[in-house]
Amino acid sequence: MRIALTATCLGDVMFPQAPRATALLLERLGHEVFFPASQACCGQMHVNTGYLDEAVPVVRNHVEAFSPVLDGEWDAVVVPSGSCTGSVRHQQGMVCRRAGLDDLARTAEAVAAKTYELSELLVDVLGVTDVGAYFPHRVTYHPTCHSLRMLHVGDKPVRLLRAVEGIDLVELPAAEACCGFGGTFALKNAETSTAMLADKMTHVKATGAEVLTAGDASCLLHIGGGLSRIRAGVRTLHLAEILASTKDAPAPVPTPGAATTSGGAR
Amino acid sequence: MSRTFLGLPVPRRTGGARTLPDDVDRPGGHGTSSGPGAASDAFGDVPHPDAPLRWGDTFPDAAREALQNTQLRRNLAHATSTIRAKRAAVVDEVPDWEALRDAGSAIKTDVMARLPELLEELERSVVARGGVVHWARDADEANRIVTGLVQAKGVDEVVKVKSMATQEIGLNEALAAEGIAAYETDLAELIVQLADDMPSHILVPAIHRNRAEIREIFLARMGDAPPDLSDVPRELAMAARAHLRRKFLSAKVAISGANFGVADTGTLTVVESEGNGRMCLTLPETLITVMGIEKVVPTYTDLEVFLQLLPRSSTGERMNPYTSLWTGVTPGDGPQEFHLVLLDNGRTDVLADEVGRAALHCIRCSACLNVCPVYERVGGHAYGSVYPGPIGAILTPQLTKSSGGMSGHRDPNASLPYASTLCGACYEVCPVKIDIPSILVELRAREVDADRGRPTGWGAAMKAASFVLSDARRFALAEKAAGLGRVVAGPKGRISTLPPPASGWTRSRDLPAPAKQTFRDWWRDRPSAEPGPPGHDGPEVPPNPGLGDEGEGR
Repeated sequence: MRIALTATCLGDVMFPQAPRATALLLERLGHEVFFPASQACCGQMHVNTGYLDEAVPVVRNHVEAFSPVLDGEWDAVVVPSGSCTGSVRHQQGMVCRRAGLDDLARTAEAVAAKTYELSELLVDVLGVTDVGAYFPHRVTYHPTCHSLRMLHVGDKPVRLLRAVEGIDLVELPAAEACCGFGGTFALKNAETSTAMLADKMTHVKATGAEVLTAGDASCLLHIGGGLSRIRAGVRTLHLAEILASTKDAPAPVPTPGAATTSGGAR
Repeated sequence: MSRTFLGLPVPRRTGGARTLPDDVDRPGGHGTSSGPGAASDAFGDVPHPDAPLRWGDTFPDAAREALQNTQLRRNLAHATSTIRAKRAAVVDEVPDWEALRDAGSAIKTDVMARLPELLEELERSVVARGGVVHWARDADEANRIVTGLVQAKGVDEVVKVKSMATQEIGLNEALAAEGIAAYETDLAELIVQLADDMPSHILVPAIHRNRAEIREIFLARMGDAPPDLSDVPRELAMAARAHLRRKFLSAKVAISGANFGVADTGTLTVVESEGNGRMCLTLPETLITVMGIEKVVPTYTDLEVFLQLLPRSSTGERMNPYTSLWTGVTPGDGPQEFHLVLLDNGRTDVLADEVGRAALHCIRCSACLNVCPVYERVGGHAYGSVYPGPIGAILTPQLTKSSGGMSGHRDPNASLPYASTLCGACYEVCPVKIDIPSILVELRAREVDADRGRPTGWGAAMKAASFVLSDARRFALAEKAAGLGRVVAGPKGRISTLPPPASGWTRSRDLPAPAKQTFRDWWRDRPSAEPGPPGHDGPEVPPNPGLGDEGEGR
């Protein structure tokens, strides 16, 4: 299958491990991966903060970058992020319509129909749950809000993780509770966000896991930032990084100075 | 700062006691009057808001205060997690729950589409069965109507069934101003009233109290509580029962709200758990019901849907213990005089709003409060309205016309649409499928649009971000600038302090340094011998499409 990759703006600059692992994983599974270079951002931050006019050019750029999927250039678009996929699927059309851009809205919705979050692509479209990964670590999984309640990915990520060789997957207590990120909520209501984060970190610590994983770099940046601050000794990895990890090419253990969101004094 | 009974902080901008008749100072409707109500001792008069839909600080400020109340945090975490689990269990056992939600949503959509005709039908039906219907445009008018009705009966006390509509209009305070004592008979509402407190939850108004606090309130304020009262729930309930029974038997007038008003039969409905409602609705000679106009349903059979949705969503019960339905007046049975006050109080403005009107679908089950991670941490008082939580965050600012800048950006209610992470838990449990996250986004957009004339840091940042994020070349340049973050981060690779507004992040979280190599650069620099099939180059972008200088073209 020919698959176009959305790196996401956050993934591109702050969390390149996620899109990188996504590309390597899909290639290992025998697919062709493309990176449309004109992509930048899906517009979610602007939309959720209320800046819908400012979101229009961002959405337009995204839609134009990925519209070749409608001409058969690629078979699908993959996004290693539940919330960005959610924004593409549930917000971009609304943003365009609200600006009176009905044609762009229709194109956006057509592109969205061919756009999949990573676990959706793997399980629903490619029909695999065992991707041949190897990751011998104790891991807990945080099902991010938009994956869970906007996309309804259900247990797809967990099924993928269970199939990973060597993994010790432990259930996260109160897993479905929001971590408190919420985009600009973390700044506008920083104290409330921190209270939610504290509870999430308590639950993560209770699992005894070495690695916290999720399908969204943004939530991982948030929880990982908190874990790092308290030197929790728990690192964060994107779901794609674990699925991309093999005996030959294991997910790297972070070293000082490396740009990771891992917590814990090293 | 002022503190309510038992030390619960009250927001700073609240004013004179709501029970004072001369409390009319409401500049801009923000409730900033300062009356002689300041607490002089622990059990003395406590300042109350004089605008039940708009009191206190902005949400972030009020939340900051509330988060420090460890007792509140513990009480709420316990109560909401208990009720969440109960709801989930009884909802899971209904095989057609999603179909019921769709039906509830469809009925409400239909109601909103023809509200005027349904209300007129309701009026005709109620009048035909011997009731009297009154129309109230706003809180003051509703309060005047009810006060006049009570005075006409020549009594100075009434019993009340728990009602959000009467909380919303501050009816108890209006009655007190005319020398009429209103006794709340719902146990939790009684606790709130005795403590001179404000409700913090739509269904469980005293959810912020634990049983030790309730015992203290009863001993100090009830007057006839047994002196050896313990904090065992049964003992507390029995004390309230004995206290209230005397009122039920003596009251000539009762005041209630309504869960539903049926247009085709004129039937009113109250669902409750304690039986206090049944007492109020059947024993007194006169019954006055205040109902928000959105509570009308077209037909009696529509109750089939809502009486399944409501109890499971609210108290987590298959059916609530008491469901009272009455239609006009029945000679020799129950109240011989029935008045229905239909309350607008901003609802027609909400109805006129194509997106926001779904907030009127709410059946006040409070499931959205119980699952909201924000509500669970900060409690109801931080929302500065008798309607807290996710539904409050979309309903309150619409009822008070606070979103869209009509009342100015300093209106504390304008901060309510931002009091959410948009996690979607509220939408998932809403029995009538109100898409609260989408309405929150819409209200944020209106706030932003109304504020465009005023330079703000957020506005400037979002404009700049839009410019950068709408073009790959500009974004790539910004990525290079972001690389400077690596200097800030230093050899440890993490950033622990940043200037405002980013300090909101770094006060409690580190930020990793931006990646050494962006994904874009990694992709460009990948050796062509990379394992995997050919085709890393997207043929969709011709070589050097004008981006060559930055080396971004593939």
